Amino acid sequence: MLTSLEPLLNGILLGGLYAVIGIGLALTFGIMRQVNLAHGELMILSSYLSLVFISLLGLHPLLTLCLVFPSLFIIGYLIQTYLFNRVLGRGMEPYLMVSFGLSIILQNAMLKVFTPDARSLKTSLAIQSLDVYGLFHVPVIYLVDFTGGIVLIGLLHFFMKKSYLGWAIRASGDDLSTSKLMGVNTARVYAIAMGIAAVTAAMSGVLVGMTFTFYPHSGTQYLIVAFGVVIIGGMGSLWGTFLGGLILGVAQLMGGQFLGPGFQLLSGYLILLIVLTIRPQGLLGRK
Amino acid sequence: MLSVKSLDVFYGMFQALWDVTVDVEKGQIVSILGANGAGKSTLLKTIVGLMKASSGSIRFDGQQINHLEPHEIVNLGISLVPEGRRIFSSLTVLENLLIGSYTPKARPHRREILDTIFQLFPPLKERRKVIGTNLSGGEQQMLAIGRALMSQPRLIIFDEISLGLSPLVVTMLYEAIRKIGREGVTVILVEQDVKRSLEAASLAYILQEGRVSLKGDPKRFTDNEVKEAYFGL
Repeated sequence: MLTSLEPLLNGILLGGLYAVIGIGLALTFGIMRQVNLAHGELMILSSYLSLVFISLLGLHPLLTLCLVFPSLFIIGYLIQTYLFNRVLGRGMEPYLMVSFGLSIILQNAMLKVFTPDARSLKTSLAIQSLDVYGLFHVPVIYLVDFTGGIVLIGLLHFFMKKSYLGWAIRASGDDLSTSKLMGVNTARVYAIAMGIAAVTAAMSGVLVGMTFTFYPHSGTQYLIVAFGVVIIGGMGSLWGTFLGGLILGVAQLMGGQFLGPGFQLLSGYLILLIVLTIRPQGLLGRK
Repeated sequence: MLSVKSLDVFYGMFQALWDVTVDVEKGQIVSILGANGAGKSTLLKTIVGLMKASSGSIRFDGQQINHLEPHEIVNLGISLVPEGRRIFSSLTVLENLLIGSYTPKARPHRREILDTIFQLFPPLKERRKVIGTNLSGGEQQMLAIGRALMSQPRLIIFDEISLGLSPLVVTMLYEAIRKIGREGVTVILVEQDVKRSLEAASLAYILQEGRVSLKGDPKRFTDNEVKEAYFGL
């Protein structure tokens, strides 16, 4: 009985990490209604940036966030201003093309600069685990991931609910031209929103780098996780994204435990299909 | 206050406005009428900056505004209540109102303005935590008007506010518009409901196929004049 608690608990904690991975997409896809296919690459770019800062300055991976956050905010702001804003208000397709192109460019640039070798952000946290009354083990790094997830989503939720910028981002996602009539400089607001989404990518990139190994092409794999999380949780709901992360994490680890390691990915996406069938708008999404 | 001169506006190859000239004095209620496709919405979109004129000029308090972006024009004091209300569907009633005070000029005054809007439309106060699009049609129209007032406009433009609403609600909305006018806000009314809007206005323009076909004091219009200007019969 208790052995089944271990994958459940670890699944919940892993879900916290998945939620962070999904939160950037929840912002761009769920609220701004733009599908940024390069989100995974921004994540992995952050992992590499952190690696560079670690080897240059000898910092702890978590401390490199102080440098990776502002770098990614600027990158996100510039990408939106010079690429995505050019196709703003012209429907989904041009946006998909541009972001897909960007994703290929980033992936290959990283391959060129950082080589295809496996990397990780080494930290002593990764090998420690908590022994809970001798019943089961919890990797400390999962706890760090989960805490990071809750804090980030809480901050973002507060920002979206309570600030003029948050209202402007949500209003622009609903109706771009009416939002202009309110006095919103939509191009600038979208640039800031993309900057924030890139900061969440930085957070997930560093956490993923500390938790798993990564390669230049790892972004795609996490983009799929992000889509799963947002779709399960529901478009436009940040706490839904958190819930989506937990469900995907638990489904994967439980599936891996009881059906065999080969079923880990499959069981996660089976849950996704079930949610889509029963509640197409996602668990906390509105129609 | 607002002076539109010889405006030509195109949708691609199609010319929607031909040499349109409209003058609005401070404190007036001005009505702009016309059948579907006469160019009313194009004129409004051009005034608020959502469309660009290919020739002609728009001045607001003497300042040329035809090259400004919509968000800059709102900040100067022109506010539009758009056709179809266009309530933000993921924002609550309160958030819909607050986003109306987005301009740097209006933000510091949001509490006072909010109070006056809740006095003008009490149902909005009661339902402030509800998602905006869950209100009834009439309440949504109140919300759209309240949202436009949040920017403290000196000129407010109403686009087709009576569309799809019951006569009782429309009467109430027109009462609110007169109240807004008495507060010193200049009003432009764009309507297909000829009778009501001519009663409320002190000056009227009728558009037909992108041109001004009649202008003047609506009390002096004869029925035949209006019909001819409206339908071209």
